[in-house]
Amino acid sequence: MSKLKFMIPCDEANHVCDKSQYKDASLWEKVILNIHLIYCRACRKYSKNNGILSKTIKKAEVTCLDKECKENMKKDLNKVLKEISN
Amino acid sequence: MYLRKYLMKQPTIIKINYFYHKTMPNHIINPNKWIDLYADYLFNYTISRVSDREKAQDLVQDTFLAGLKSMKNFKGEASERTWLISILKRKIIDHYRKINSNKGKAEVRINYNDSESEGDWLEERVADPFDKTAEDTMQNNELSDAIYNCLGKLPQKQADVFKMKTIQGFETEVICNELNITASNLWVIIHRARTAMADCLKENWF
Repeated sequence: MSKLKFMIPCDEANHVCDKSQYKDASLWEKVILNIHLIYCRACRKYSKNNGILSKTIKKAEVTCLDKECKENMKKDLNKVLKEISN
Repeated sequence: MYLRKYLMKQPTIIKINYFYHKTMPNHIINPNKWIDLYADYLFNYTISRVSDREKAQDLVQDTFLAGLKSMKNFKGEASERTWLISILKRKIIDHYRKINSNKGKAEVRINYNDSESEGDWLEERVADPFDKTAEDTMQNNELSDAIYNCLGKLPQKQADVFKMKTIQGFETEVICNELNITASNLWVIIHRARTAMADCLKENWF
């Protein structure tokens, strides 16, 4: 039990907070984060903003092109570039 | 008196003008970086207006090609991105024009000749109450534009990592292997990107 820390510094808390936005944080990490949030006002604010950011991005349904598609585009573009420069 | 003042002012105006033109940031065009920098932005812009992935992809590709061909006309007054977007807008309009002209030619559907589906067409026309309203979609369009605007302000690496993690939803290990960075490195980059994004979006959207 002595190894388990209940108090973590803020940068670690932020790290866990970022992780939990992507569902990468373990249960223990989340518990510790919440303990930290009880007494740390700055981190409370940060984690609140972080949550809103995730929600906004999810709501906006942004997409992007996959890598393969970009590579194909690059090939085509380069072909035309060569044609033009010749 | 007035004339004299005017005459005296004239040279300074010219000088200011000259100076203004000299210091104006003259945008340089560099097609080699187009896809890395703008492909996602343009794609997202298109997909919120065309809503067909393949079509949107084609339109973006067309835009880049058209951009290459008219590179000589680029005067450097606007940024590359603005210039590309203006081409893309025209491409999208052309796309809709094409669809509409096809529609005009033959829009006779004879799907309801079998007795089973009789009367279906009336139900088809009733608006789906769970469908998004026009206002919702519009706001979403603006929001995703804003997000990409903010992403464009991030350093290239941060934007890449953030995109892969948040939008494409890759696992941490996959990104680390792809970009050759350690996990802790990745989280630092993500943290910086998130703070920057939150600050940027705060002005308009939170």
